[in-house]
Amino acid sequence: MEEKEASQVLVHLEVDGKSVSLAEGSTILDAAKLLGVQIPTLCYTPLVEPYAACRLCSVEVEYPRGGGKVVTACNYQVWDGIKVRTDTDKIRRIRGMIVEMLLARCPDIQVLKDLAEEYGIEKVRLEKQEEGCILCGLCVRVCAELVGAHAISFAGRGLDRRVATPYDKSSDACIACGACALVCPTKIIHVEDQEGREIIHEELSLGPSKAITLPFMQAVPNIPYIDTEHCIHFQTGECGYCAKICDRDAIDYELQEETIEVDVGNIIMATGFELFDPSVMGQYGYGRLKNVVTSLEFEHLNCAAGPTGGRILMTDGGEPSSVGIIHCVGSRDENYYKYCSRVCCMYALKYAHLIKEKTDADVYSFYIDMRCFGKGYEEFYHRLLEEGVQFIRGRAAEITDYAIDSDEEGKLIVLCEDTLIGALRRIPLDMVVLCSAMKSNEDAKELSRIFSCSLGSDGFFIEKHPKLAPVSTTSDGVFIAGGCQGPKDIPDTVAQGAAAAAEVLSLIDRKEVEVEAAIAVVDEDRCSGCKLCNTLCPYLAVKYDEEKGVSVVNEALCKGCGTCAAGCPSNAISARHFENRQIFAEIEGLL
Amino acid sequence: MKLKGGIYWGAGCGGCDVAVLDLHEKILDVAEKMDLLFWPIALDFKYDDVRAMEDAEFDIVLYNGAIRNSENEEMAKLLRRKSKTMVALGACAHIGGLPSLANYHTKQSVLERVYLETESNENPDGTMPLERSTVDGNELELPRFYNTVKTLDQVVDVDYYIPGCPPVPEQIFSALSAVFIGELPPKGSVIGAGTKTLCDECPHEKEEKEISIIKRPLEMIPEPGKCLLEQGLICLGPVTREGCGARCINSGVPCRGCYGPLDDVYDQGVKMVSALASVLEPKEEKEIDKVLDGIVDPLRTFHRFSTAASILRRKKV
Repeated sequence: MEEKEASQVLVHLEVDGKSVSLAEGSTILDAAKLLGVQIPTLCYTPLVEPYAACRLCSVEVEYPRGGGKVVTACNYQVWDGIKVRTDTDKIRRIRGMIVEMLLARCPDIQVLKDLAEEYGIEKVRLEKQEEGCILCGLCVRVCAELVGAHAISFAGRGLDRRVATPYDKSSDACIACGACALVCPTKIIHVEDQEGREIIHEELSLGPSKAITLPFMQAVPNIPYIDTEHCIHFQTGECGYCAKICDRDAIDYELQEETIEVDVGNIIMATGFELFDPSVMGQYGYGRLKNVVTSLEFEHLNCAAGPTGGRILMTDGGEPSSVGIIHCVGSRDENYYKYCSRVCCMYALKYAHLIKEKTDADVYSFYIDMRCFGKGYEEFYHRLLEEGVQFIRGRAAEITDYAIDSDEEGKLIVLCEDTLIGALRRIPLDMVVLCSAMKSNEDAKELSRIFSCSLGSDGFFIEKHPKLAPVSTTSDGVFIAGGCQGPKDIPDTVAQGAAAAAEVLSLIDRKEVEVEAAIAVVDEDRCSGCKLCNTLCPYLAVKYDEEKGVSVVNEALCKGCGTCAAGCPSNAISARHFENRQIFAEIEGLL
Repeated sequence: MKLKGGIYWGAGCGGCDVAVLDLHEKILDVAEKMDLLFWPIALDFKYDDVRAMEDAEFDIVLYNGAIRNSENEEMAKLLRRKSKTMVALGACAHIGGLPSLANYHTKQSVLERVYLETESNENPDGTMPLERSTVDGNELELPRFYNTVKTLDQVVDVDYYIPGCPPVPEQIFSALSAVFIGELPPKGSVIGAGTKTLCDECPHEKEEKEISIIKRPLEMIPEPGKCLLEQGLICLGPVTREGCGARCINSGVPCRGCYGPLDDVYDQGVKMVSALASVLEPKEEKEIDKVLDGIVDPLRTFHRFSTAASILRRKKV
């Protein structure tokens, strides 16, 4: 910000005969960029202060009063009237010499070979060395100035000069951000884990690959967030590159999470579901065996924006030659969830299709029943049958890596009963996808308390009426849609969401709501404020009034269910139309 | 003109009479306004003296104790006839009191327990009380022992009730003062007590209740200043009329319900059961049962003082 304000004064110059005006304090390289004039650089990055180490950006400057000299474009500040020439014979000769010397030091570096070709260096006349580093210092400056980690520096002098960590030892100062590798012009810095393995997809981590990222491609609002755990700024207080380059000044590291209270008349609960964690089913070895993944992880693997760019890869980076898909993991299971998760059969078929499409792998699908109930679903199943997917009817009993012959060596072996041929089988596979059950959210119980809508025994919210009020709840103005109401696929979820929105709209449009007339009332002269009724109300209509020292019923919320009246130990609450004397009179009438 | 008053005890412990005496020097104020013509525990009178009186000659009669035998009933009816205002004094006359816990037994089992089974009794001949017996040629008659203990108003018409076991002396005095100045509420009212529950005068901090454990007072030392019910002690405060000054609560003991229910509450104990059931924390049946196991004797816990006035009234025989 300060820079921008201070640089209001414009200077005028010429670059290769083209006039340009730009702010005082800019460099020739900035001017050239503005004009689209190419100046080669090796040690330059806009992230840190220019250093002019490689001298490759040398250009000729002609002063307005006459005379001139050769300067480095990256750090030479422009001033009024100068004329810059970037592509003279002299400059080409100087750059050629620089490239020749660098290439003599680092003969195998591609970027230098390319430059040599460009500047017509056919033969290196100097003695060749076998270095990779051109000592441009970019990595050192980025680590110090941008990252603030100061993990690497120049060591040695003269001929011994090199980039190193303190005492050449593995340093705690390094935060493994990889910035040095990213900026290195010769690409000789690599980030490796401690065993020197290349990381393909670490445990199929679903976390962000960058510290500032969009939550997911279709996120609304489509605004990136900072993963403070991995952001360099939050570790060293430096970097801040994203804030520097954001021309909207939208990045604020000081922002904190905050709770915003919004008054609304209607609420649609679309809190979704959770995936059953199959690691509790020891027989499938999830979390213990490599290449046993859940359906969601497989989906991520398949995603073009995922860690493998959509390629189906095993943890060693190779393509699988056979993949098994196990249906009903946790669902339709007396031990876990008795219900059918409804969506798994179809996405399992989709996976089978994608595996066939992307790889040459054999696909085995272990199913109990094929539940292809939707429009076009059965047809899709038949298509898969024709694509040669092996469908095995029978719940897989176990996944093991214990091989009993050479075919099984190094494979995952799925033990199952194939009920169609009536045989027990051992099927060696490279990768197994577990179609985990959809289960209700951990906090569904708490939500049901907060929003006063009931939960079914399966943990999903119960609608007011399965046919006549499928998205309403027993609380007026609270609606449910999607996975929180029960396992369902995307079309059903979208339909429910639209229905809930329509219900809300019709209420908003009416501008008024009808409330129950037969409600509970508190006789304030009798209420002793014992607060016993406060927790009883399923509609949260009863609250304690600190000022009066009595409990009061919110007439708009009360549905007249009478729970509080029954619970009130002082008979201070009576349910209109169902008062004691009315009920006793009715009983007497019957008797 | 000085009022004429009488105090009588039915099936009770005498605690109510003592509570009247506990007025201390204020009893002189009472004596100034009212002549006590009949008070068996303190003064020597004969039943015949009462019988000799004019009907409705007593301005006020305080009847304490429940109706346990024929003598209690006979005297209740006699005093009713002889008085303008009949007041049930104390929990026994009001709602049955502790004597009505005998309603969970029968007349036979009570007598057998008392005369034959009691460890401290030596009764090798198995002598049992008889209504009629002859000693030296003289026929003796004892009052008939009833199978069921009743409240006073289950036998005679009662004008007012002063609750408590025993009633707090100050409250007796305030009730009597109301009589002296003639400022009495409508007939059938409870006097000498409040209109809200004990929670109203209870000094403890009350929160929203979620009860996950139930203990007996002997099993724990309650945290001071905190609602006892929330701490897991069955406190009948929420279903019991205020007026006692929360004496038990202030001593760290939960309310046992001697001041009886509020107006229009049909059954104090049942009310407590439904109130308690609605604030239990667990929602699963097994978990609920585990909490409820903490109530050792539910019948006598919830209806300790009110068995005779409860819907149950007695054990079926």
